[in-house]
Amino acid sequence: MKNRFFAGMAPVAALSLSLFASSALADVTIGVTISSTGPGAALGIPLKNSVELWPTEVGGEKLKVIVLDDAGDPSIATTNARRFVNDDKVDVMVGSALTPASIAVAGVAAESNTPHLGCSPVPPNISKGKWTFIMPQDAGLIAKNLFAKMKADGVKTVGYIGFSDSYGDLWMGQFKAIGEQYGLKVIADERYARPDTSVSGQVLKLVAARPDAVFVGASGTGAALPQIGLRERGFTGKIYQTHGAVTFDFLRIAGKAADNTIFASGPAMAPEALPDTAETKPEGMAYVTAYEKKFGPGTRTQFGPHINDAMAILKKAIPIALKKAKPGTPEFRAALRDAIETGGPFAASQGVFNFKADDHLGLDDRAVVLFTAKNGKFEITK
Amino acid sequence: MIATFLIQDGVTNGAIYALLGLALVLLFSVTRVIFIPQGEFVAYGALTLALLDGGKVPATISLLVCFGAIAFLFDLWSMRRGADARAFLRSVALNLVLPGAIYGITVMLAPLGLPSVAKALLTILIITPMGAYVYRIAYRPLADASVLVLLIASVGVHLAMMGLGLVFFGAEGLRANPLADDNFNIGSLMVSAQSLCIYGATIAIIIGLYLFFERTLLGKALRATAVNRLGARLVGVRTHLTGVTAFTLAAAIGAVSGVLIGPITTIYYDTGFLIGLKGFVAAIIGGLASFPITAIAAIGVGLVESFSSFFASSYKEVIVFGLIIPVLIWLSLSHGFHEEE
Repeated sequence: MKNRFFAGMAPVAALSLSLFASSALADVTIGVTISSTGPGAALGIPLKNSVELWPTEVGGEKLKVIVLDDAGDPSIATTNARRFVNDDKVDVMVGSALTPASIAVAGVAAESNTPHLGCSPVPPNISKGKWTFIMPQDAGLIAKNLFAKMKADGVKTVGYIGFSDSYGDLWMGQFKAIGEQYGLKVIADERYARPDTSVSGQVLKLVAARPDAVFVGASGTGAALPQIGLRERGFTGKIYQTHGAVTFDFLRIAGKAADNTIFASGPAMAPEALPDTAETKPEGMAYVTAYEKKFGPGTRTQFGPHINDAMAILKKAIPIALKKAKPGTPEFRAALRDAIETGGPFAASQGVFNFKADDHLGLDDRAVVLFTAKNGKFEITK
Repeated sequence: MIATFLIQDGVTNGAIYALLGLALVLLFSVTRVIFIPQGEFVAYGALTLALLDGGKVPATISLLVCFGAIAFLFDLWSMRRGADARAFLRSVALNLVLPGAIYGITVMLAPLGLPSVAKALLTILIITPMGAYVYRIAYRPLADASVLVLLIASVGVHLAMMGLGLVFFGAEGLRANPLADDNFNIGSLMVSAQSLCIYGATIAIIIGLYLFFERTLLGKALRATAVNRLGARLVGVRTHLTGVTAFTLAAAIGAVSGVLIGPITTIYYDTGFLIGLKGFVAAIIGGLASFPITAIAAIGVGLVESFSSFFASSYKEVIVFGLIIPVLIWLSLSHGFHEEE
């Protein structure tokens, strides 16, 4: 009986020993919460895949990465973030892929004093948070570049069609905020939902309004639906798409209807086409090569690089923070936050991040390129 | 001019909703199941066709084999207290040999670049047996449960099938090639051959269902089960058989809808739910009992959707699903209050 008791205890003792051993090493712990299922899966899956390309150590410290799925649900994202903070004692949080879930993580980051790198656009009141830094280009930056291009193309009146959700509202908001500066007037505002089987009604109304150009505020293959509809109904004006639509799936679905459409995009979609002097080229090439080697040619997306860029920033910021404190302590988290805010510029694949105390977006025009779709390919235009 | 376009668009979508609505009414009247996952069959059908178009072997066939294997295990479990050889052999044939054969045929034919009609038939062949397996796995053990329990089971099946769809098809949408690529001009109206296929298939299925229920013994058995389950069993109708038949028919109708809708829009792993809900609106207007009213209501839903997308696109879904409320009020006022079961 006694023997059996000790036999039973041995693995427990070994386990607790190993627990002590791992905490004594003080690895840098990163908590990643991502929407790899649910409505954000198209964005979340490339992000999750990109985590697999992260290095195993930075600055001589082992990285311990925990990836959880939040299904795009803010309440699950909150639970995940609390688990990271309370149970795993993470040094930095990354995620999520959808705006509502990212806002939830930012909330936990602020109250627990943990640095947070968000992988989706968020409203300005969130990106002003002390502990949150945002990876993707914000809508204002993309809109500025697209509107300037529209002005250069001689567009005066615009028909708008977008998702009937916050993404659609976001781009309409940009027209209201800065459209006038570029001499653009929105003469039709139509909405649809991604799973809709038809956008004929909206397209007919757009065509009837006779705008110079149509702006599509939608993402992924969902943005192809009005694109195809407009060309089927004989709309011959220019069509402009946001960076959310820049995927190879879009070209596959839209086929010939995509020709001559203008897209805004991050440079990581086509690092090969960038001049060698571009600061974003080395990181972009390295990421795209590694990603397509692992997941197959033509699998790169607009969203996956944000995970790469989060690591590009951490690679530089963690060594700075390590000089001040040991990982797993509040002092290390504070030092890491300061290193991210002041340690720039960080040249990454989607842009060059240069954060300041009052600017946690950190990107400039180097983070946007314009594409034209031609014969099933994206070509750079300027 | 614009109105004729909108009407055409509405009727085309309405015809698809009609097929879904009919399948829902069929299932509810025979098995009392409110079958939320009907839309998933549509999505599976459309995605399978799109993958076949790309010359790929669709992942649905592995799913089919898995479903068959699980159904076989359920059969084994229910036969654990001894069974005759015939029942065992039937189970082997239905749950293991059939999906295996379909798997083999698909793997052989998929890379050959079949004509589009053959691809459509192959798609229907792949999806249809899933209905029987879903019934065997999820609903047959619950055959005598209340409508509410069956509804909750449906929610579970819906979530499971949607999750499997994400695993097997990925998160991005697919679009199939049309069955026929031509366009006709009737007056000022341009009609695509695909939409003619949709009208034709819908009408053919409605007539087929009518003949099936009026002329065949199996159809009459289904109707008998729908009218009175216990009474049907007393006169020798095997209610499990009618359940399997109803689910297989529903899956076939779902697959046909998927084949028809796949080429006119982009289908995602989760699109089916929304399409199914619109068919459900039509089925509710038909009181979950009347086939003709459901079909007409579905066309109405399509038209309302089409016109509201023109005049108030931001409120489209609100208007379409808002249709249910006055109908429910009217139904409950005109029928009075019935105690459930």
